[in-house]
Amino acid sequence: MLEKIGVRSMDDLLVDIPQSLRLDALQLPNGLSELETMAQVSGLASRNRVFPDRLTFRGGGVYRRFIPAAVTAVTSKPEFYTAYTPYQAEASQGTLQAIFEYQTLIAELTGMDVSNASLYDGATAVAEAAMMAYVHTGRNEVLVAGYVHPEYVQVLRAFGEGRGIKVRKGDQPNKKTAAVIFQQPDFLGLLVDARGMTLAAHDAGALAIACVDPISLAILAPPGEYGADIAVGEGQQLGLSPSLGGPHVGFVACRRDLVRKLPGRLVGTAHDAQGRRGFVLALAAREQHIRREKATSNICTNHSLCALAAAVYLTYMGPYGLRQVAEVSFKRAHALAERLAALPGWELAFPARQFVNEFPVRVPKAAAVVRKLERKGILGGLAVNRWFRELKGVLTFTCTEVNDARALDELMAALS
Amino acid sequence: MTEPLSFELSRPAVDPPRLPEADVPGPGPAEVLTHDLLRARPPGLPRLSEPEIMRHYSRLASLNYSISENFYPLGSCTMKYNPVLNEQAAALPGFAGLHPYQDEDSIQGALELMWRLEQALCAIVGVERVTLQPAAGAHGEWTALRMIAAFHHSRDDRRTEVLVPDSAHGTNPASAALSGFRVVEVKSGPDGRISLADLESKLSPQTAALMLTNPNTLGLFEREILDIAEMVHATGALLYYDGANLNAFMGICRPGDMGFDAVHMNLHKTFTTPHGGGGPGAGPVGVKADLVPFLPTPTVERSNSHLTLDYKRPQSIGRVRSFYGNFGMLVRAYTYILAMGGDGLGQASQDAVLSANYLRKLVEHDLEMPHEGPCMHEFVASAQNLHEDGVRALDIAKALLDRQFYAPTIYFPLVVPEAIMVEPTETESKATLDSFAAAIKEIVAQAKTDPQALHDEPKNLPVGRLDEVAAARKINAYLQGQGEDPILRWKAASDGDRKDPC
Repeated sequence: MLEKIGVRSMDDLLVDIPQSLRLDALQLPNGLSELETMAQVSGLASRNRVFPDRLTFRGGGVYRRFIPAAVTAVTSKPEFYTAYTPYQAEASQGTLQAIFEYQTLIAELTGMDVSNASLYDGATAVAEAAMMAYVHTGRNEVLVAGYVHPEYVQVLRAFGEGRGIKVRKGDQPNKKTAAVIFQQPDFLGLLVDARGMTLAAHDAGALAIACVDPISLAILAPPGEYGADIAVGEGQQLGLSPSLGGPHVGFVACRRDLVRKLPGRLVGTAHDAQGRRGFVLALAAREQHIRREKATSNICTNHSLCALAAAVYLTYMGPYGLRQVAEVSFKRAHALAERLAALPGWELAFPARQFVNEFPVRVPKAAAVVRKLERKGILGGLAVNRWFRELKGVLTFTCTEVNDARALDELMAALS
Repeated sequence: MTEPLSFELSRPAVDPPRLPEADVPGPGPAEVLTHDLLRARPPGLPRLSEPEIMRHYSRLASLNYSISENFYPLGSCTMKYNPVLNEQAAALPGFAGLHPYQDEDSIQGALELMWRLEQALCAIVGVERVTLQPAAGAHGEWTALRMIAAFHHSRDDRRTEVLVPDSAHGTNPASAALSGFRVVEVKSGPDGRISLADLESKLSPQTAALMLTNPNTLGLFEREILDIAEMVHATGALLYYDGANLNAFMGICRPGDMGFDAVHMNLHKTFTTPHGGGGPGAGPVGVKADLVPFLPTPTVERSNSHLTLDYKRPQSIGRVRSFYGNFGMLVRAYTYILAMGGDGLGQASQDAVLSANYLRKLVEHDLEMPHEGPCMHEFVASAQNLHEDGVRALDIAKALLDRQFYAPTIYFPLVVPEAIMVEPTETESKATLDSFAAAIKEIVAQAKTDPQALHDEPKNLPVGRLDEVAAARKINAYLQGQGEDPILRWKAASDGDRKDPC
């Protein structure tokens, strides 16, 4: 090959690099065989403690859920996972159609008009939605109402700082407010007055941004029903493993009149000369590769494969499977809440508030309780005073379809 | 061949999958929650059996090109083979099964992996520390710019401008704007490299940073990089490295040694984590000592073989993503680096440069080469020589698709008219490069004899060229309330047509 190029050595191809910059070698060990590589990587994996799904009662934004085999079978297809962003539509119809189906599924689930092709995670979805509201209203304050996931708020603050958006806590919007952001159910699992906050936002001329749990939408009124302008959330529960927090997928869906402000990619239908329907990247004029510094966001690579997983999951479940998953989680969480609240010294932290499948409990010697459960192989509740000082001694417990009735008994036995 | 949508395949008679019952006493949501909290009607999800779902997605998969089946010479995207071992590693229950809010003591292996990956990336690009939190390259760019802004602020220096070359990736100016900076463009010179004269005229006390990729998007090494770094630093600005082109020189040289202060890397390019049809990726950012205080929280710290997450970093820009980044992608990249080693990574870059120069040589008389070689890991050609035949870069791209090759990046960088940007990578054989060059020759010959045939391509794919203009018109009509088909989602044509789940 060198001969064909017409040079004598590799160095002749690297002539543009100043000699003073040239390295002899990287200060890294030499490569390994596949066998040795896997032995090392497995060694690291074995130094982590994995709690069984059924004995995991911790949520806080990442949940153990049943993942149908079909999801992994589809996302493991190399035709999907080794494809690039679908720039050449004719050679990428599989990816494009799958994303189009994902967009429709998210729009149906949230009751919104249009969903984008995916975002990185729930936190960046909240931040991007705030940016949409800022651009749409021309106002530069966003209100975070109630117990929104603390890491989402931290990401929102970091995004906001660069973009000149002020982030305040509260639920009383005024004429400076671009959006009211609330989470339904909130970080503690409690249901909030989504309708009331949406109305209050609209009365002040602000947008309402609902951060929602996608599984709960099989039961709960979706943002589209109560008039929210933008629905966002974390899609990890739709077929993705916890994986220490990523990769997961953020979703964002909105009303028709906000579609042009959406960040990231959108897939739409188009036809060829023979009238065949196909799928293309649409409204690209919003995006960084066309608009450069005037783009709605800088997003290029997003989380397509995770969106594919979510699409397969929702298609597998269908409307009634999803409802069954949500109801089983609901019933078990309520049964567990009743049993935990009956333990001596334990009480529901907000007994008047309703929840779906995650709830806060005030627990005597909470840290010791969590440690004791860990010793017994159970990943117990999450200590939320790490973020909220006023919630000292409060643990949030979560139940899903993977925590069977016996697992609840085992948890109770470990606590008695 | 096309495939109906899952919504169109949906059959109301299909039973939902068998799922566990609650097996606990107590009421359901309808009995507990007030009416206004409840969903009025079930979401319109499709209803299909598992065999129908598997066939649907298998057929969709067959409509895709992918690196597992096709050569993907997509410039700036580094489409190299994704080792299957990476997938196995990330799927290990000891990684995939970890909850992000487990106690640090119970995830020592995961933290050790993150720490070792950080050390390896530091060694490869020549920086002090690396954050693994950003989820993608653009996210990494923006994170780096936030750190650069925080650095200047900490010195009471309010700099408002970021310089970006005209050949830069579109994400550069977008990231700079979203970080609150005004974007100032720097021109390329006739040799395709940044014009030092123009750079000098644009540098000012307002300049916060210059964003640069090296080799640049034309595949050319910025020979004057040391002078550029000196000029930038002399004005008090910082130098930012866009790592999209890092595959060109691992083990050959390092951005840190060139004078770059912040460096983002695309694990889904250089370090073989799969692209997934558009993510998830990962965009770690490396920084020199001056920027370390501003790294996002938490960082991974190691002392006496014990690993911890450090949240107490008072000057930090905060958090840019929930939890600790795309951990599953970090496992894949670490596995790759371990398998390749320092020797293997160095060889990979050398082979990538060899492949690009070889392919460039093979097609140099078929297409225009606007800049002198040698190139690094990619080259940019131009289809302007076919202008009088009425053939454009787009036609060549589509004709390549019909010949089982994915298309190169076209119309980028913007500084080259009719640009065709080719990055073959080190994982393609000489035979593949030869057959790609033969396809280019055939297409160029056809441009002279039968250009109309090229306009009609692709012919052998599931669909022909799609009318994006007509689609955009319909979307506009929908957005302006003049049409009811949103185009951006499926909607039943009429109520009678609706596959209602009820």
